[in-house]
Amino acid sequence: MLDSRGLRVDTRSRLRSFAIATPIGFTERTSEPPRLRVRQRARELYGYREILLNLIRKELKVKYTASVLGAVWSLLNPIVFLAVFTFVVKVLNNDMEDFPFFLLGGLLAWNLFSVSLNAGAQSVISNANLVKKVYFPREILPLATVGVALVDFVLQSALFFVIMVVLGYGFRIELLWLYPMSFVALLLFTVAVTFWVSAMNVRYRDVQHLIGLALLVWFWMTPIVYPAGVVYRSLLTYTHGQLFWRLYLLNPVAWIVFGFQKALYHSARADYFLAPFTLGQLAVGLGIVIVAATVLLYLTWRVFFSLSGDFAEEL
Amino acid sequence: MTAAIEVAGVSKRFRIYREKPTSLKQRVLAGRIRAEDFWALRDVSFTVDEGEFLALIGHNGSGKSTLLKVIAGILRPTEGIVRERGRIAGLLELGAGFHPELTGRENVFLNAAFLGLSHKETERVYDDIVSFAELGDFMETAVKFYSSGMLVRLGFACAVHVEPEIILVDEVLAVGDEAFQARCLDRVRTFQREGRTIVLVTHALDLVRQLCDQAVMLDHGVVKAIGQPDDVVREMRMTILKHDLEYAREEGTKEVEILGAQLLSGADPLTAPLRPGETLTIQVDLKANEPVDDPVVSFALHDGTNNFMFGGDTARQGLFLGRLDGKRRVRFDLGPVPFTGGKFWVTLGVHSRDNQRVYHVQDQRYSFEVRQTEGRRDQTFMQVAVEVEEL
Repeated sequence: MLDSRGLRVDTRSRLRSFAIATPIGFTERTSEPPRLRVRQRARELYGYREILLNLIRKELKVKYTASVLGAVWSLLNPIVFLAVFTFVVKVLNNDMEDFPFFLLGGLLAWNLFSVSLNAGAQSVISNANLVKKVYFPREILPLATVGVALVDFVLQSALFFVIMVVLGYGFRIELLWLYPMSFVALLLFTVAVTFWVSAMNVRYRDVQHLIGLALLVWFWMTPIVYPAGVVYRSLLTYTHGQLFWRLYLLNPVAWIVFGFQKALYHSARADYFLAPFTLGQLAVGLGIVIVAATVLLYLTWRVFFSLSGDFAEEL
Repeated sequence: MTAAIEVAGVSKRFRIYREKPTSLKQRVLAGRIRAEDFWALRDVSFTVDEGEFLALIGHNGSGKSTLLKVIAGILRPTEGIVRERGRIAGLLELGAGFHPELTGRENVFLNAAFLGLSHKETERVYDDIVSFAELGDFMETAVKFYSSGMLVRLGFACAVHVEPEIILVDEVLAVGDEAFQARCLDRVRTFQREGRTIVLVTHALDLVRQLCDQAVMLDHGVVKAIGQPDDVVREMRMTILKHDLEYAREEGTKEVEILGAQLLSGADPLTAPLRPGETLTIQVDLKANEPVDDPVVSFALHDGTNNFMFGGDTARQGLFLGRLDGKRRVRFDLGPVPFTGGKFWVTLGVHSRDNQRVYHVQDQRYSFEVRQTEGRRDQTFMQVAVEVEEL
């Protein structure tokens, strides 16, 4: 393999020395926009996990110290949301049973996604000082914002599950396997989009404003506060209803939310409210989302990686 | 010896935008953005061996810090390659990642992570860090309540407890009071003894000569000199001299003109640097182009960083030149110089007694150097006479 100056670079021996002696790395910095080698980079990121964990810890501490309620705030958000929408749904005279369990199933997943994107867009810019003065793999910054959102997600979900059990709603074991699958899809897709958003926002600050608007539209294009089954049936009454439904299904977050809702919401008329898919169809759909999100992650990671070399200059 | 850092043909170009477009609209509307190229580094090459201490020197804006950032991996070179063997810690800023809401303890762990220490390693040196920073009672306090001095101490304590093979230090570390700086220096020497590779960006030329194995002088992004610290520092001093000569200003109405001046020690012109305590005489030759009544001749001394050191004039010495017509020679005998090192600049002037008319000023046109005797660490020179008597 030849580098830009025509010098021979022995890739294999470099990799070997990297693999044998972890503390004594051999680094080479060239003018070429770096090409992403996933394994090597992932190993490097793992080597810097200390920074990632510390940044997440810092964010959480900063978020909740000096506030009386602390982490309770993180739980309050979905509770208030729930109260508002329960009220709205009651006013609209909806007859949906166990609405809170339906809503929270999708809402918590959505929160992870939207919080990551919103904070992720700012992640590189707000750490400009670090980026300009310290070397570390820049992926850590957007990953830390996802990490913070993830901690909130886990806390909220844990409380949610406890409530489900305490109120006697419980779980259906035969549906529960959809939950980890949806979660994997959610996490992959969230990280992928957050990488892209954070890298683009360094060059175009428009992105952070755009994100706010896009998330608003996206939220209502996803069946979180309304049941997908009802949408499906009402769309069918229109002439091009099938077409619109297909377009609706192009939204990967919709599939992720389908998955979470199917896994958790099992009231008597669940099939009427939830997306009109069998378990098998949902599994295939989520599988496709996972594959697509992985490809997307690879692409956005590559974009992020090649742009990240210039972050210190652009800020 | 194996190379720890190899810099091969590195250039770095910055694009300077008149107004940097940071939004899509601006970028679209502006069409072709007017950008100027600025080469901060041009074809820089050198090697730092393992365990070597290299200094990067040069004027402000010569590209030292850019080079350090390229080596640290913060900036990407536009051309060329940097190869490194070993774990690198870049101390380009004290307390990177410090957050005001976190306690001192938490910030130590956060900062140490950025300096490449794992949680375990940090725990092992934590007590050392605390005692080095002398902040034992404050580690559980949020650092927003720290004084700036405490912050600096904590940041530095973290910085000196890293244990990488390669350490990059920017001069920002030259902060704090004398005692603290001495401790910093001590720590750098320890690093050196432990065989770590160090790259230091600095303006302190004497330090370079004392500590470093190799020096690289940059000038406008180009390597101007490389090699033995003594040689490179000499080159640097020469450049400072030339650089300043270009800016030597002259002004005045020229009724009286300074024909020339000479710096003497005793009766001999200065050829070598003065030793502390050797005498200095400034001899000024004047010529009146028109007859002038009672002019005053003055001089001022500035040190290398343009601090005013001392000044005097004929009037203050109670000397009246009377009516000046033709040529005249004025000699200021300054006695033994109290300085112990550095370069000093002499400004000369002739003006009217009421200071209303400036006939002629030569701003820092002449210079002399003072060099400490090897092995002495005096800050100033004092004339000492010793007497011993029987009691």
